[in-house]
Amino acid sequence: MTTLEPTEASTAASSVASRSSGTKATRALGIATAVAMTWLLLFAFVFSPADANQGESVRLMYIHLPTIWVAYLSFVVTAVASGLYLFTKKHSLGWDRLAGASAEIGVVFVGLTLVVGSLWGRLTWGVFWQWDARLTTTALLFVTYIGYLAVRRLGGSQHQRAKRSAVIGLLGVLLLPLVHWSVRIWRSLHQEATILDTDLDADIDGLMFFSVVVGVVAFSLLYVWMILHRTRVMAMEDHLEDRGLDIALAERRAEGASR
Amino acid sequence: MIALFDDAGFIVGSYVITFGAISFIAWRLIAAGRKLGKQVPDDEKYWT
Repeated sequence: MTTLEPTEASTAASSVASRSSGTKATRALGIATAVAMTWLLLFAFVFSPADANQGESVRLMYIHLPTIWVAYLSFVVTAVASGLYLFTKKHSLGWDRLAGASAEIGVVFVGLTLVVGSLWGRLTWGVFWQWDARLTTTALLFVTYIGYLAVRRLGGSQHQRAKRSAVIGLLGVLLLPLVHWSVRIWRSLHQEATILDTDLDADIDGLMFFSVVVGVVAFSLLYVWMILHRTRVMAMEDHLEDRGLDIALAERRAEGASR
Repeated sequence: MIALFDDAGFIVGSYVITFGAISFIAWRLIAAGRKLGKQVPDDEKYWT
C-alpha cells in the first residue's frame, strides 16, 4: 500500500477536496423542508381545531402520522434497494448505501413514533406503554432494524456487508403489513388507521386532514434531504476505507512526530 | 392560538423531542459531510 507523507497528504487534500455532501439542489431542498416544517407548526398549533373527543392532544397526530409514514417509506426503500443490490448483475454498492442510509433514517423515525406515541398514550389511555398489538409490533420493527444496522457494522468487505444486510433488508420489510394491520388482526387499544384504511375514507375533519397532509409532505421532503446527504457521506466513508485511509495515517504520523 | 390546557407539557414536549432530534441529526449529517469532504477528492464525489 502506498502512503502519502503528511505534507503531500495535506496539500493534496486542500487542493482537490473542497466540496461537502451539499449541492445547490440539496440546499434548495433544505429550504423547502424548513418552509414546510414551519407550515406544519402553524397548522398544528394555530389553524387546526381541537378534537371533540381527544381535545388538544390530537395535535400530536400531526407528527405521529408523518413519522411512522417516513419509517414505512424508509424500510420499503431499504428493501427495494437491497433487492436491486442482490438481483442486478452489477451488484452496485450504491444500492447498498441507499439501503443502509434509509434504514438508519427509518430507525430514527420509528423511535420518534414510539416516543411520541407513548406520550400520546399517557394522555389518552393514562399509561405510557401497553403490550398492545400495534405497540408491540412497532417495537419489534424498531428492534429488527436496530439488528439490521448492527449487522452492517460487522467486519468484512463492503460487498460482504452489502450481501448479508440485503437479505435482512428484504426480510425485515415483511413486518410492515403486520404492524399496519395489527389493529385489525388483534384486538387493540390503538385506534384503526385514520387515513390509510382499507376504504381510503379519511374519517377526520377537513382542516385536520390537511394538517396531516402538510406533515406528511414536510417529513417526506426531510427524508429525501437526509437520504441524499447520508448516502453521500457513506460514499465518502467507503472511498476512504478503500484508499486505506492514507490521509488519516499520514496525519497520525504527523501527530506522532510532533509529540 | 392554542388555548391553555393541562396536557401542554406532553404535547409541546413531543414536538420539542421530534424537532430537536431532527435538528441534531441534520447538523451531524452536514458536519460529517464537511469533514469527510475535506479528505475525499472532488472527482470521487459523484454529486459534484
